[in-house]
Amino acid sequence: MAADGSSLTTTGYIQHHLTNWTYGKLPAGTYCDGTSVQETTGWTTAHCAEEMAAMGFNAIHVDSMLWSLGLGAIFLLLFRWGAKRAHSGVPSGMLNFIEFMIEFIDNTVKDAFQYKSRYVAPLALTIFAWVFLMNLMDLVPVDWIPQLAVLVTGDPHFYFKVVPTTDPNVTLGMGFTVFLLIIFFSVKQKGLIGFIKELTFHPFHPSFKGVGLIFAPLLITFNFILETIGLVAKPISLGLRLFGNLYAGEVIFILIAAMFSAGLFFGLFAGVLHQLWAILHILVIYLQALVFMVLTIVYMSMAFHEDDEDQFNH
Amino acid sequence: MNLNLTLIGQSLAFIVFVFICMKFIWPHLTAALAERQKKIADGLAAADRAGKDLELAQEKATKTLREAKAEAAGIIESANKRAAQIVDEAKEQARTEGDRIKAAAQAEVEQEVNRAKEQLRSQVSVLAFAGAEKVLESSVDQAAHKDMIDKLAASL
Repeated sequence: MAADGSSLTTTGYIQHHLTNWTYGKLPAGTYCDGTSVQETTGWTTAHCAEEMAAMGFNAIHVDSMLWSLGLGAIFLLLFRWGAKRAHSGVPSGMLNFIEFMIEFIDNTVKDAFQYKSRYVAPLALTIFAWVFLMNLMDLVPVDWIPQLAVLVTGDPHFYFKVVPTTDPNVTLGMGFTVFLLIIFFSVKQKGLIGFIKELTFHPFHPSFKGVGLIFAPLLITFNFILETIGLVAKPISLGLRLFGNLYAGEVIFILIAAMFSAGLFFGLFAGVLHQLWAILHILVIYLQALVFMVLTIVYMSMAFHEDDEDQFNH
Repeated sequence: MNLNLTLIGQSLAFIVFVFICMKFIWPHLTAALAERQKKIADGLAAADRAGKDLELAQEKATKTLREAKAEAAGIIESANKRAAQIVDEAKEQARTEGDRIKAAAQAEVEQEVNRAKEQLRSQVSVLAFAGAEKVLESSVDQAAHKDMIDKLAASL
């Protein structure tokens, strides 16, 4: 259990587990435990949800960043190790696994992405491995690492979330990066004009002859709104899908963990539930990483795709 | 659920990670895989070639063997022929040699006979005279009758 004994409630326990270690600028005002801040402070750690909300955009989730960077570094170091030792002879042990991963990603990319690009496959590998590792933290029992952090820091209210993908900042951050890549490669492949055409001339192709000319601006506006929504929905759905799945999984793990303190019967029951949910979750963390990767590849493929339809209509 | 700078931090980290992966990881590993693929393909091709080579070599060996056999048979045949020829030649030679020796012996015998006759002829007169002297118990003029005896000896 994460907090000090006296003030511990189930709600508090759950909320504590779902709060990030936030570090930011706190504006003036009165906050949670009655302390009032006279003027905007320098960078400081938030002590409660109220303070976090007050910090607004000008704050950073230290735990999310630490874990995501750390896990990303593990991925890069492991694969760099493999890349250095890769040879054309008979591979063994870890190298086998790394090569299996590379082939798996390579095949997936080749299936969904028919164009030549040296960016897409490494992008897919990074997404898959990184997201998978971040999701994997979900299988670590919810109290272990936060409790360890409390022991280390000595602060019973210390917030420490270990699953970066339960932080929408992390998933949406990746989603929006993919979004930027989509726009970048769309413009690069089709030119700015081609990209604008794609946004405005589909799905209803405006006619510029006779009566059609009157409806053309209307159709273009309609197409633009439709296509823009479709385009913006891509990164948001990417980020929120991953976040939603992992957040829900984490909440259920925390609920199960909260049951451990409710007597022997509930404790045993919770133990069984925890096992079942963890087994199911092994599938979820793999699938969510795969979905994120495959969708990114598909979006990249769409960005590279040049529509030849225009040739027939003109 | 607060959106904050973490969003941007994560984006930057993501871009850096992808860059590192693209630059230092992916090419090395795919290159190694491609190289191994090539090596295996080469190995298989080499095995294939070796099999074909073996077949070819066996064919060649069989051919050479057959040729050698034919050649040996030819050599034996010609040797037999030659041997027969040599034997024939030797027979022929022996026959002529034999004939020659026989002829030489005959000539010698004839010569010997002639010589003996000559000798006899030269001594006939002396014998005749000795005989006649005995018969007549008188001296006979050798000179007077020598011509007559010589004529007799020559008629022998």
